[in-house]
Amino acid sequence: MGEPFVMRALLAGLGLAVIAAPLGCFVMWRRMAYYGETVAQSGLIGIAVGLGLSLNLTLSVLVVTLAVSGLLLVLGRQKLVPLDSVLGILAHSALALGVIVASLVRGPQVDLMAFLFGDIFAVTTADLQWVLIGGLAALVAVLGIWRPLLALSLHEDLAAAEGVPVERVKLVFMLVLALVVAIAIKIVGVLLTIAFLIIPAAAARPLSETPEQMAFFAAIFGMLSVAMGLFVSISIDAPGGPSIVLVLSILFLSSILPSVLRQIAR
Amino acid sequence: MQERTQRPLERPVAASPAHEACAGHHDHGDGGAAASGAAPSALASLRGVSLAIGGRKILDGISLDIGAQEIVTVIGPNGAGKTTLIRVLLGLQAPDAGEIWRSEGLVVGYAPQRFDIDKSIPMTVARFVAMGRVSASNTDIADALKEVGAAKLEERQISELSGGELQRVILARAIVRKPALLILDEPVRGVDYSGEAELYTLIGALRSDHGMGVLLVSHDLHVVMAQSDRVICLNRHICCSGVPQSVAQHPEYARLFGSQTARALGVYLHHHDHRHDLSGVPEPARPRVAGRIPPE
Repeated sequence: MGEPFVMRALLAGLGLAVIAAPLGCFVMWRRMAYYGETVAQSGLIGIAVGLGLSLNLTLSVLVVTLAVSGLLLVLGRQKLVPLDSVLGILAHSALALGVIVASLVRGPQVDLMAFLFGDIFAVTTADLQWVLIGGLAALVAVLGIWRPLLALSLHEDLAAAEGVPVERVKLVFMLVLALVVAIAIKIVGVLLTIAFLIIPAAAARPLSETPEQMAFFAAIFGMLSVAMGLFVSISIDAPGGPSIVLVLSILFLSSILPSVLRQIAR
Repeated sequence: MQERTQRPLERPVAASPAHEACAGHHDHGDGGAAASGAAPSALASLRGVSLAIGGRKILDGISLDIGAQEIVTVIGPNGAGKTTLIRVLLGLQAPDAGEIWRSEGLVVGYAPQRFDIDKSIPMTVARFVAMGRVSASNTDIADALKEVGAAKLEERQISELSGGELQRVILARAIVRKPALLILDEPVRGVDYSGEAELYTLIGALRSDHGMGVLLVSHDLHVVMAQSDRVICLNRHICCSGVPQSVAQHPEYARLFGSQTARALGVYLHHHDHRHDLSGVPEPARPRVAGRIPPE
């Protein structure tokens, strides 16, 4: 268990859990799970292009996630096709484009599975630096806009009427989300990144009485799942990312169970 | 959009300025606004405000004033532009034409519809109210909640509140700002008449205790707040305006609602000289029927 690649996996996972917690809460409150999913899936294009041109993968993913965020902003303005359909179209188009570009990339064979579901045991020291520095920047940014972001998540017009610079705060949040998704993709993969963001937040919701508590519990759940998931992964030789997400799902189910039972008992 | 602030205004100490009863006028009412320039005592004024969204005219030449300590009720069917009017007044949406004037340093307390508050965020009532003003102390919060009759709710979660409770808490968040103008978007939607009467009594008390001006929006075209100084019927343009009659003056209604409730409720008789066709475009006059409501 003490091998360097395990330690790197553990550190990256724990760091990501802390960064993802407050952001995941906002993704849930602002009903942006599908938005995040679309941004994350578009990351595959960044990976494929990055591999093809031998660029830094996190950077090339970041460029694509930012571009897709901007595209969503523009496409969201028309009213004929609702936003969730736009997201569905873009998510799958991005996935399709990503897979095709990846298949065209020459050189070392691209392990698509590793990018779709992440390869946490392949985390490098450079990846760890991204988690540390990029993650810290993201965390500082989210804490900086915490209060106004909370206000506009409750009610956008009310926040605006009370003086919150709504568009600016939303833009910062969008940028931070693109950054964290780009960092997370290297670790938990294109398809599991959003699970890593929203499941800890969802599991924390029933136990929380304040927004800060929810972010705190989400971080605890995230870290717990990383530790347990990696342990399970090593014990039964299962892939790392999916093991973590599965532990998260079990935590969520146990957390939400009492409220489900209460509703049924009514 | 031309927006400018007036000179600081003295708040009239006397009760609300007398308003000529507009009932009986049946022009394309201008909401009691003077022909040009903001009324000197107005907290906020709109002049000839028009707005189209997606090629569809939502507001058409709206002029209205809200004076200090004045209660203005805006009624209109769904899609009449009521919420858009509020957004324009709050400065959240720029009109295509017309002017918005607000008295300098005007503090506005805005109470949106309770149905639009996100309940997936864990939050106590006290915290929710505190978000209305950064500098609000615990005493301010407790006072605001007490004022709306929600003192006991302070530590409850907003997700657990009933509709009526949440409406009061939203009102508390608006008044914790100590506003001179309160803007309420359909506070009585989904509330029964006795609950509606209670809310109107509460809003009336806020006006008399704190001298707030109130703009209240409602989709009920007939039953309005009895204390309204002016009722404005909006259907993209202002169809008519006037003063409500107290329900309590009508023994039949008083029996129907109960005397306590009837005191707070008013009826508004419309005086339209035009109709709206199916797309909402005004048609020229027809033999007028008093009390006729504009069809959607």
